[in-house]
Amino acid sequence: MGREKIREFAVAIGADDPVYLDPEAARAAGHPDVIAPPTFAIVLCQWGIETLIGDPGLGLDFDRVVHGEQRFRYVRPLHAGERVTRTTTIEEITFRVGNHFLNTRTDMVADDGELVVTAWLMFVVRGE
Amino acid sequence: MDLPARTFRITRTDLVRYAGASGDYNPIHWSDRIARSVGLPGVIAHGMYTMALVARAVTGWVGDPAAIIEYRVRFTRPVVVPDTDEGTELVVTGVVKSTTEEGARVLDLTATCQGEKVLAQARATVRA
Repeated sequence: MGREKIREFAVAIGADDPVYLDPEAARAAGHPDVIAPPTFAIVLCQWGIETLIGDPGLGLDFDRVVHGEQRFRYVRPLHAGERVTRTTTIEEITFRVGNHFLNTRTDMVADDGELVVTAWLMFVVRGE
Repeated sequence: MDLPARTFRITRTDLVRYAGASGDYNPIHWSDRIARSVGLPGVIAHGMYTMALVARAVTGWVGDPAAIIEYRVRFTRPVVVPDTDEGTELVVTGVVKSTTEEGARVLDLTATCQGEKVLAQARATVRA
């Protein structure tokens, strides 16, 4: 987790709270370093999701894939300076009213084994 | 106490900046030609950009950027962003639905663009 990537993301969403941008302000608020805005966790999901969507075994047509639902659960905010390992799992694939629904879960775990954030992404694969 | 309405302006520049910061370069978020080729009226905002703005409304209201412990949305309608200086507007409101045993507040959130709701089942839980 890099300060500059967090800053870039915070600026892009217009979040100007000092705890996202200034390490001293973050420490004064009780955080080890600048923290990531809540939805920054999606950036950590990107690689796993792209790998999954591009997997020939799954055979998804990217043009038909729509992000349908998003859920996050936070134990604490992600912060700069920590190393996080993320694992993406397909939890369920269902089919109803002509569309496939692909439910994925990405766990983000700190080096000490603490589960920090869980992200559930649900994709709709629109039928022909 | 409920979340007062907060309005966010969204322009094409915002979408380009968000694409770079998030790593989501899907061309439906910057190319009218490609957006129309997949049946959209034109370039639409990243769902995750909308979700980020709604989170800003929540953390701004709570007064703590680290307050959100659970956050979910369903993306039901695209936020179309015309290629104009004004772009479009997203209006976010919320009501406190309940309080958990631990004292966390559960907020039901509404995000509208051009008078239409763009999210469903949008809910954030913020720690006491």
